[in-house]
Amino acid sequence: MEYKMQLTDEQLAILNGSRGETMAKVLKTLVMYGDIFGAEKLVPVTHKEGHLVTSFGIALMKPLFSTMDKLIDAGLTTEGKFTVDPRPLEYENVKCNLLEKIGFHVMYKKQKDYEEQLKKVGLRNEKAFSCACYLDEVGNIPKEGDILSWAESSAVVYANSVLGARCNRNSGMIELFGLIAGYVPYFGLLTDEGRRAKWKVIVNTTKKPEAQILGSAIGMKVMEDVPYVYGLDKYLGNEINDDAISYLKDFGAATASNGAVGLYHIDGLTPEAKRLGDSLIEDDAQVYEITDEELERVYKSYPLMWKNKDAKPNLCFIGCPHLTYKQLSDWCDKIEAGLKATGRKKVAVRTIMTTPPDVKAKFMKDEKYGKLISMGVKIASICPLMYTNNPMTKGRAIITNSNKLRTYSVAKYLKDDDICDVICGKELN
Amino acid sequence: MKEFHGRVIAGGNWCGEAVVSHAGVNTLATFQKSALHNDDHVIVSDQNNSDIYGLNITGKALCLPITIGSTTGGLVIQTVCSMKINPSAFLFSEHIDSLAASGIVLARIWEDSDVIAIDNLGEEFLNTVKTGGKVEIKEDGTVIVY
Repeated sequence: MEYKMQLTDEQLAILNGSRGETMAKVLKTLVMYGDIFGAEKLVPVTHKEGHLVTSFGIALMKPLFSTMDKLIDAGLTTEGKFTVDPRPLEYENVKCNLLEKIGFHVMYKKQKDYEEQLKKVGLRNEKAFSCACYLDEVGNIPKEGDILSWAESSAVVYANSVLGARCNRNSGMIELFGLIAGYVPYFGLLTDEGRRAKWKVIVNTTKKPEAQILGSAIGMKVMEDVPYVYGLDKYLGNEINDDAISYLKDFGAATASNGAVGLYHIDGLTPEAKRLGDSLIEDDAQVYEITDEELERVYKSYPLMWKNKDAKPNLCFIGCPHLTYKQLSDWCDKIEAGLKATGRKKVAVRTIMTTPPDVKAKFMKDEKYGKLISMGVKIASICPLMYTNNPMTKGRAIITNSNKLRTYSVAKYLKDDDICDVICGKELN
Repeated sequence: MKEFHGRVIAGGNWCGEAVVSHAGVNTLATFQKSALHNDDHVIVSDQNNSDIYGLNITGKALCLPITIGSTTGGLVIQTVCSMKINPSAFLFSEHIDSLAASGIVLARIWEDSDVIAIDNLGEEFLNTVKTGGKVEIKEDGTVIVY
C-alpha cells in the first residue's frame, strides 16, 4: 500500500503481515485514515482503557459483526479493558407492549452474540455499558494530556474539554482498531494546533442558559470547529464540581450531536482555558454572541415530528447522556416539589431516567431512590436512542430534555422546567 | 458547465445526479431510518436538514460541506456501503471530517466498496451544484457540474 506518514520498523512489519492479515488490515485502516488528515506519524495510546460507541446488536450492522469475528479469529484483543455505550433494552424498567417487544426482538436479535464478541475482544465487565464512562462511579477517567482511542461523541467532547485528554472524534470501529494496535494517527485534536479555538462565543444572557440549548446553538453555529466560551464561568464557577460536571456533560453532548464539536474551552473553568486563557484563540476567530433571544430562536426552530402534533405526551426520557448522581438527586427534589404543587402523588407521564449501572447501584442506597420510585419514576441504564429506533415506538408521544435524543428521534425537546411541569401534571401554556 | 478540482480520498469515474446539502450532513440521522428498515434505497430522515430531508440519495452524488453528529457515523457509512444503498459519491466542499473519512476507509478496506469520495472542492462548488443536476467525476478528482 502507499502511505505518506512516517512509520516505525515495527509498524511497517505489521503492515507487511508480521502479525497476520487481519492485524495488517487494522493498521492499514488507521494509516489510511491518518494520511487523509496529514498525520505525520502514529502515536501510542497512553490511556489504555477505551470507550466504544457501538453497544447495540442491530441485525443489519453486518459489517460490525463480521469484522468482530475476524478480530476474534485472529486472536486480537485490546491492551486495556474498555467501556461501551448503553445497552438498547431493559424490559424490567422500560416496559414495552407486545408489538414493541417483537420489534425489539427483530432489531436487536444479535445483542447477545455481539456482547459475547465484545467480551472476547476486551469489554471490562457486565456493568461497563454507559455513555458517561468518565463519571467517578464508572471510573474510566483519563488524565490531562492522555492520548485516547475513544468514540461516542459526548464522551469524546467531555474527555477533551473537561478532562483535558486528547482524542479525535473517532468513528465506531476506528476506536477499537486504535485500542488493538495501541496507536492512533497524530492529527487534529491530538495536536496543540488542532486545539486552538476558531470561534469566540460570548454568553450574554440574563440567567444561566439551559445547557442543552446553549450546546445546540453553538454546535449548529461552529460545526466541527473549537469554540472558546466566555461568560459561562459566571454561572458555573471556576472549579469543576458536581454541578459543572452535569452541565458540561449535557452542554457538550448537544454541541457534538447538533454540530460536530470535539472540544470546547470554557473561560476560567476548563483546564486548558484556565492554563492558557485566550492565547488558545486564533487571531481571526469569528464571534458568536449568545443572548436570551438567540437561545429562544434556536429553541423555537426545533421541528415537532410527532405524527399527531396535538398528542398528549405519554413517555418521557431524562438522561441522554446518562445522568450523574447529582442530577438524579436534583430531579428527585424537583419532581417532589412539582407533584406537591399539582397535588399529585405520582407522575402524570410515564417517566424513565437513565444513568450508568454503577451510578444506579450507588443511588439505590440513597433515600431519594425510594422517593423517585414511589413517585412513579423508573430508573434504567438503557440508551433512550436505541429504544426510539424501534419503528413500533413511533406512535408514542415522547418528550425529552435531551437535544441529542431530539436530533436522532421524533422525541419532542422540552426545557427542564417545562418537562418537570408536564410530568407533574401541570398543563403548559 | 463548470469544472472543479478536489483531493481524491477514494477515486473513480462516475456520472449521475447530484443531491446537495448546504448544511453539514448528520450521518446517523440521515441514514438510520432506511438502514433500520433494510430498505433498498435511502430516503433522508434527518429532520434538521431541510435541503435533503425526504430525498432519495442512493446512487447519487451527495454534495455537502462535511458530515456531523454521532460517532457511529463511519460505521453507518460502512454499513450502507455493504448494503449497497450508499450514495455513489461523497463530494465535500471542505476538508473531509474524521467520521466520513473513517467510513470511506472502512468501506474501501473491509467491504471492497467502490464508493467515491473527493474533498476540498470549495465553497463555489456547493453554490454551483444543484439538486437534480448532473455531475461528472473523474479519477483525478475533477468534478464537472453541468
